Amino acid sequence: MELSYFAIIIGAIFVNNVVLAQFLGICPFLGVSSKVDTSLGMGAAVTFVMALTSIVAWAIQTYILVPLHIEYMQTIVFILVIAALVQMVEIVLKKVSPSLYQALGIFLPLITTNCAVLGVAILMIQKEFNLLQSFAYSVATAIGFALALVIFAGIRERLELDDMPKAMKGIPIALITAAILAMAFMGFSGLV
Amino acid sequence: MKSTLFNMVAVLFTITLIASAGVGAVNMITEEPIAAAKQAATTAALQNVLPAFEQNSVSEQEIDGLPIKVYTATSGETVVGYAVESMTKNGFGGAIRMMVGFLPDGNIYNVNVLEQAETPGLGTKMCDEGNALISSIKDKNAFTLEFKVKKDGGELDALTAATISSRAYYDAVARAKEAYLVASGKKQWADGVTSATATVETNEGETAQEGGKDE
Amino acid sequence: MNKLQIVLSGILKNNPTFVLVLGMCPTLGTTTSAINGMGMGVATMAVLIMSNLVISLIKNFIPDKVRIPAFIVVIASFVTIIQMLMQAYVPSLYASLGVFIPLIVVNCIILGRAEAFASKNGPLDSILDGVGIGIGFTLSLTAIGAVREVLGSGAIFGYSLGISDYMPLVFVLAPGAFLVLGYLMVLFNKLAKK
Repeated sequence: MELSYFAIIIGAIFVNNVVLAQFLGICPFLGVSSKVDTSLGMGAAVTFVMALTSIVAWAIQTYILVPLHIEYMQTIVFILVIAALVQMVEIVLKKVSPSLYQALGIFLPLITTNCAVLGVAILMIQKEFNLLQSFAYSVATAIGFALALVIFAGIRERLELDDMPKAMKGIPIALITAAILAMAFMGFSGLV
Repeated sequence: MKSTLFNMVAVLFTITLIASAGVGAVNMITEEPIAAAKQAATTAALQNVLPAFEQNSVSEQEIDGLPIKVYTATSGETVVGYAVESMTKNGFGGAIRMMVGFLPDGNIYNVNVLEQAETPGLGTKMCDEGNALISSIKDKNAFTLEFKVKKDGGELDALTAATISSRAYYDAVARAKEAYLVASGKKQWADGVTSATATVETNEGETAQEGGKDE
Repeated sequence: MNKLQIVLSGILKNNPTFVLVLGMCPTLGTTTSAINGMGMGVATMAVLIMSNLVISLIKNFIPDKVRIPAFIVVIASFVTIIQMLMQAYVPSLYASLGVFIPLIVVNCIILGRAEAFASKNGPLDSILDGVGIGIGFTLSLTAIGAVREVLGSGAIFGYSLGISDYMPLVFVLAPGAFLVLGYLMVLFNKLAKK
């Protein structure tokens, strides 16, 4: 009984939401999420990179690291792959579609240090997914990331205008809001 | 330092080379302790799920495409029990690995969860001493047990608010039982007794996965 | 800057968790108990000290344009080394910290300190900076872990206080992580103002 694709996708978007349940990608979650449209841009950029990374990382793990018995090099190799991919995406995007580059460009350098990308690459290997499962899992995780980011940005746009104690302004209130959002997402846990 | 193509490539290459050499060296040093630590964990788990034994032999099987190891523990000439290193991929956080100990008469002696990534405080209770899962199968006979939680029409308790983890737990135990039957040579006559329940049980498990169309 | 000041500033004035707000992923993800938080803090500190030292030593040989990739390779190697050492000598802690150990690579604290401090200062100061920031991070994580452990599972450092049945489990779960960190940050801000 393998996990069905449906279970992987729903699980990664809602139940084990990458930000709200697994705590990956918190930095952009807190940093970039003050406006809805920037969040959308970041979400799209992450989805793009994660989808690419999952394929490349899976291939490297299966065809290079495992046959050579150097699985311990995983962390180093994966982070370099991600950094290189991000660079490549940036260069290609600049040449091929300047308008898309305008929209996503500023988020790309931030993605190298987004731990959600590396985290997903490591987790999908750990979960022993095949190529297609890995791809589904990465894309779904990225969608979950984008979803959390956009919802959170919507809330924060309103929070800006609210009156609150000085010590709570900024990050603290964002964290407390995130706590309530995480609680809401816990309601999904019966889904799969 | 100014960047030229030559020094960029040279420096990065040198750093990567030194770094890989360093990591490789540490890997050589830690390879043995890591293997020893894993061995120690296996031995501890074996002692936990079986009565006292002198030696054990390992055999490997594949059930539902998952690798399952069976340790046959003997004391002198007599077999004192079988420990099955079973797993499932249906846990809430992916794979769960566990060691299940069976006595020669088919009673479940103990279960030890080796690896899991369940929700802390909910699914992770499966590792605790005397939790609801282990209490409902411990010292019961594996031949007569139907590995289904009450929610799916079975008799076994589930962990509060962790039905998926509980189903996965029993799924792994059920697989351990299969491996145990094969390894102990009881597959033949056990089939006559439990084949009906066994097939029903897998079907039920699958329907439950798809959203509780059971019953 | 005086040597002691470098260490102290990492613990209070530049506290990585409460002031710089860096490395939030492990801060939230591994603090389900005080021990886990402390383990993560110490592992991060070890990587930080070593990478700070190496980077301050080789900073003059690295061309500017490949500075970041070079730093990442150095950091990733140390993370892998720590990962293997933990797997060998503290396997249970390694198992409970899980994916967050390899993720030390992308912890913004480490690359941040490499960029902001180690690439501009000498080896000794860089080590001290690593020690200070590392202690600050460890203390913060241990504190958050302790609060969550007491509130969520009624225990401290693994010792049960015998009240576990009355405690709200939610503090060990995901929302509790955000909530505890949020309120601790409010407290820190409030105290720091005075």
